[in-house]
Parts: sequence; structure tokens; C-alpha cells
Amino acid sequence: MPQYAALIYNRDVDWTRPEFAQETKDYAEFGEATAAILRGGAALYPTSTATTVRVRGGRGGDLVTTDGPYAETKEALTGFYLLECADLDEAVKVAATIPGAWDGAVEVRPVIDFGG
Amino acid sequence: MHDPRAALVRLVRDEGRRVLATLVRLTGDLQLAEDAVQDATVRALEIWPRTGVPAEPRAWLTLTARRRAIDLMRREAARSGKEALAMPDAPEPPETVRDDQLRLLFTCCHPALSHEAQVALALRTLCGLTVAEVAEALLVGEDTMAKRLTRTRQKIAKAHIPYRVPADHELPDRLRGVLATLYLLFTEGYDPIGEPRAALVDEAVRLTRLVRELMPDEPGVLGLLALELLTDSRRAARRDAAGRPVLLADQDRSLWRRDLIEEGVRLVGQGLRHGPDPYVLQAAIAACHAIAPTWADTDWAAVVSWYDVLLDVAGTPVVALNRAAAVAERDGAVAGLAAVDAVEGLQRYPLWHASRAELLVRLGDPVGARAAWDAALALPQEETRAAQLRRRRDATL
Repeated sequence: MPQYAALIYNRDVDWTRPEFAQETKDYAEFGEATAAILRGGAALYPTSTATTVRVRGGRGGDLVTTDGPYAETKEALTGFYLLECADLDEAVKVAATIPGAWDGAVEVRPVIDFGG
Repeated sequence: MHDPRAALVRLVRDEGRRVLATLVRLTGDLQLAEDAVQDATVRALEIWPRTGVPAEPRAWLTLTARRRAIDLMRREAARSGKEALAMPDAPEPPETVRDDQLRLLFTCCHPALSHEAQVALALRTLCGLTVAEVAEALLVGEDTMAKRLTRTRQKIAKAHIPYRVPADHELPDRLRGVLATLYLLFTEGYDPIGEPRAALVDEAVRLTRLVRELMPDEPGVLGLLALELLTDSRRAARRDAAGRPVLLADQDRSLWRRDLIEEGVRLVGQGLRHGPDPYVLQAAIAACHAIAPTWADTDWAAVVSWYDVLLDVAGTPVVALNRAAAVAERDGAVAGLAAVDAVEGLQRYPLWHASRAELLVRLGDPVGARAAWDAALALPQEETRAAQLRRRRDATL
């Protein structure tokens, strides 16, 4: 069965703060409701905690780190799920129940199956 | 003018496009299906001129394409170590062939694909146009089109866009996209100013009829089919001997197809029973023109009323402009010009200025009319459109 990454883009905030208790609960409910097809996922701290890593000059070159996310955008990648669904229609249906879908946007991307 | 080679090519293409939908179902792979059918049609064009066309050309093509697909899948399976799919070898009943076309239509018109991708893919797979023809129809370079089609097929395959007609409760939502794509296909072919492409028009009508078999009472489907038939009924009268567009007012109405008009009017009646759908309303306006013996005898009061309803349910500035033109016919040029001037947001639309110019001519104001024609022609637009406007300007001033 194909797998899809559901990448959640919304407010770049610290979701562990108490004022987001309701949102956290909503996500927990989503997780319970979709447990049967959920193959993984995580919520992320805000992009202010991000470190972007590059190696300049090819493999083994100079390590350069920058403070902050890969791309500065108003809405940020704040979490993701890995879903196992029959097809895109089902994946879209499930993604539409992720709270981020109405509090931002959810990008659904098929996951490569390397046949392992 | 009977060209047996051209007739054969047409037959192979018509049948090939039906076979493709079946192969997509059997293989679950758009690219593989296209390759297999392409191969089968090439072989048919090689063999049939020598052996004659088989009694069941579609069955021959299906069998040949299926064998080719099995070959291709075995090769792929050997390469990747996966098991090849088994495919049944029985002939397809006609209703399955029809359902395959519908499945392919809904896949091509899937909302996860962009509109451009939908139209291109529909032309390539459902209508059987070559990549070069699709590129030409959509005014895009062939390389760009080839890449767009490849990207689209890859998205369908990798994201597992399903190959099926949606469930009943999903149909109304999905139908809107399908109808929009079919309408685009129709207007691509019907292009009022550029080169008309009859094959696209015929394909749009054929596919709309197919959707109607699935949803016989859906007003949008009835309305779109009616709109297509009523518009297409004027095909023979739309061009003069030199191939230039002829305005509706000046067309020889004896050339209009009565059979299409009758069917269209009947469909409008059916559609209206289900409420004011925008396609039905546009078809109702087309029907007012289709049943009028002359331009002057058109029931302009009815045309204006239909535009009023259309403005209410699906109003755009262009609809308001068309309504204003009908007001000019019903109430005279003064009222018409006031109505045109009241339409906002079309200062960058050449036809808004052209409408003003036409009405100013009628009001005996050649200076104002010339200024309006100049404003229309100063805006960026396709050359064929500009040429048409220049001809009107020269004829009216």
C-alpha cells in the first residue's frame, strides 16, 4: 500500500505552550482516529530553534551551519505524519482531518518505495 | 476526395483511443498503456493495408496492445524482480469500454491535477491527439507539452491518483471539474477567432454525452451538452468563404443545423426543471438565438432576462457586458451604452471598448467611436482578434 507524507505548514509557534493546549488535544484526537493507518510523524519546535547544515565544496568539505530554517516563510513546516492509504483520494480525505488543514495547509506527498 | 489511407488512420485512431482506456484499467499504468496502444496502432497501420481491416478492428487492437503490454510488464518484472500482473484475455463488453472511458475521464480531471494538466492529458489520452497536436491545440511548444504530459503521468502514477468513477456522494463535487475541463476542450476547438478545430469540438461533445449517460438528470451536464450543441449548430455559418469569422447578426441561418438546435432546446427544457445552473442559463441564451428566424426577430427581452438570472448565480463583468449588448438590442443604443458604461473592471478588455464603439456608431458619434476603436486596438491581444476588430472598425466608420 502506498504511503504519503502529510507535511503541515502553519503558524511558526511553540506548540508546547499552554495556550495551544486545545490544538495539541485536537492533534492527539487525529492521531487516535487514524491510528490504524498512521506509520509515523512528529511535531516540530519553531523554526527559531532550527539549524541549517551545509557542507561546502562537496563531500568532506567545510561544514557551514546557519541559525534558522532552510527557507524563511510566514508559515513554516511545523510537523508531519506518515500515512498509509489506498490511493491519493484516501490520503487527501485523511489529510483534510489534520487540524493544520484549517489552521494553515497540509502538503500531501507520495513516499518513495525502494522495495526494501 | 476519398483517401483510403486517411480513412484508415482515422479508424485506427478512433478505435485506439477507446482501447487505451481499457488498457489503462488492465495495466493500471497510463504510460505503459499509451506505449502498448501506440505500438498496436503502428502495427495496424503496417499490416491492415496488406491484409485488409479485420472484422473487429477494436478487438484486434485490444488484443495486440494487451500482448504488447504483457511483454513490457514481463520485461519490467524481470528487471525489478517483481511479479507481472495477470491480465484476463476475454473480449471487453461494450459497457465496460464505456465505463473505461468514464474512469479515464475522471482520472484526467482529478482535482489534484492543474487545469492545464487536465486539458492536456484529456486531449492526449481521451481524444487520442499526438503530443504535437496537443501542443498546437493549446498553443504551447512541443517540448514543453511533452514535459507537462510526462509530469502529469508521473504524478498520477507516483501519487496513486485512482482510476475510477467516484462514488455517488462524491460525484457532484468532482463533476464540476469534469465539466469545466470539457467546456475548455470545447472552447479550445470552437475558438471564435482563431482556427476552429472540429475534432476537439466533436470530442468535447462525445465526452459530454458520455458523462450524461452516467448522470442523465444532472443540470450542469444537460446545460453543458445543450450549450455545446447549440453553439456547434452554427459551425457551417461561422466563417465566410475566405475563412473569416462571421458575426452572429450576419450569419446565414439556413446553414444552422436544425437537428442540433432541436436537441439543444430540449436539453435546456430538461435542465431548467432542476434550477438555475450556469451552463443551463448560457444554453438558454444560446437557444434564444438558435430559434430566432433573424437577428432582428430575436426575443431580446428573453435574452436580457436570462442574463439577469445568470448575473445573479454566476455573475462576471463579461456576463454583464454581454447583457448590456442585449439591452442595446431590446431598448436601443442609448440604454445599451449606459449599460456598457456601467460595467466595471473591463477597461483592459478589448471587447468592452469595441462594444462602446459599435454603440457610438449607432448613436451617430464617429469621433467617439473612433476613440473607442483605438482604445480597443491599443490593448494587448491576439492578432486574429485585432484583425477582426480592425475589420469591424473599417466597416463601421
